[in-house]
Amino acid sequence: MTARHARLASSLGALLLAAACTSSYEIQIETPIRPKLDVGAFQRVLVAGFLAGGTEDVDGNLETTRLLRSQLRTKSELRVIDSDVLPLMDVASDAKATDSGQQPPAAAPIKEQKDLEPFEHVFANVEYWKKIGEEYQQPLIVTGTVMFTPLQKNQLVQREQEVYDSFGRRRVIPVRSYQERKGFSLDGRFIFIDGRSGATLHSETFAEQVLYSPNQTTPALSSYFELMDRLIPSFLSTLSSQKIKGTRILLQ
Amino acid sequence: MSMRTVVPVITLLVGLAVAPLAADARDDAKKQVQFGISVAQKSLWREAIFWWERATKVDPTYAAAHNNLAIAYEHEGDLAKARAAYEKALELEPNNAMIKQNYELFKEINDRTTRKTGQ
Repeated sequence: MTARHARLASSLGALLLAAACTSSYEIQIETPIRPKLDVGAFQRVLVAGFLAGGTEDVDGNLETTRLLRSQLRTKSELRVIDSDVLPLMDVASDAKATDSGQQPPAAAPIKEQKDLEPFEHVFANVEYWKKIGEEYQQPLIVTGTVMFTPLQKNQLVQREQEVYDSFGRRRVIPVRSYQERKGFSLDGRFIFIDGRSGATLHSETFAEQVLYSPNQTTPALSSYFELMDRLIPSFLSTLSSQKIKGTRILLQ
Repeated sequence: MSMRTVVPVITLLVGLAVAPLAADARDDAKKQVQFGISVAQKSLWREAIFWWERATKVDPTYAAAHNNLAIAYEHEGDLAKARAAYEKALELEPNNAMIKQNYELFKEINDRTTRKTGQ
């Protein structure tokens, strides 16, 4: 046995000894996450509606309002108010026209986040939200912006390719190439407003995207729900305590 | 006897005196850690914290005790204490793959609770 072999054997032995000495036990844990917002003062929540834009295949305002209401009904202790979804774009346009004394501008397509900026003043309109609050017995109001847009990106992808050498032997080698992929992005902001004062209590921005391989056809609405699924835990953890299940390793 | 002889002899004697103490501390801490594991497996997490906190006091260099304590704090929702305990465990054993894995999973949850928050 050479000195190198002896060294290797002794290191292996030390490693095995260390492994034998350290016992480990897998254990399930549930991490409680406290809500980011103290909603103790509210019994009711009104998901009012959203400034929305992007693809016309999904009504971001309607779908987001419906989805958040259904999630809050099952996963929050607050009573969810059923009401018509507020057409916030119209509310914002009308408010601006009233302030300037002009006719509301013709509806321009909202294709990207910056197209929503001229309407976002509605969130700072304390009187408007106070009025909505009075109408629904001063609930916590949830509103915000939702931009759901198609996305196209070149991504580096790796695939395996069979090659044969001069002796006819088969080998599989990884080949990397750029591939155009399509998908959707979902960006925006959840805004939480105190229905008693009309003031903003908390806001939370989000940005998610999904890309699919070129041969995959995914309807816009499916992608929308896929992306919303990723946002829901964070949204819910703003209002109510959540428990996140996981596995850890105890050591001895 | 010259100084050159005395110094190594004293060092050896001190070493011999301290080594059993350190070994005793580790043995004692190991017992407490094992007891903590047995109660944690019965979901008695607060009691487990008691035993693992004791183990870290008896032997502050015992990485496993800090790791287990971090897991228990995580389970109790005390994320700041959990982070400190994981970091101590990794400071003691930076190459321990199991502690690293636990810490990565913890960070994922911790980041999720703090990310993208405005206002």
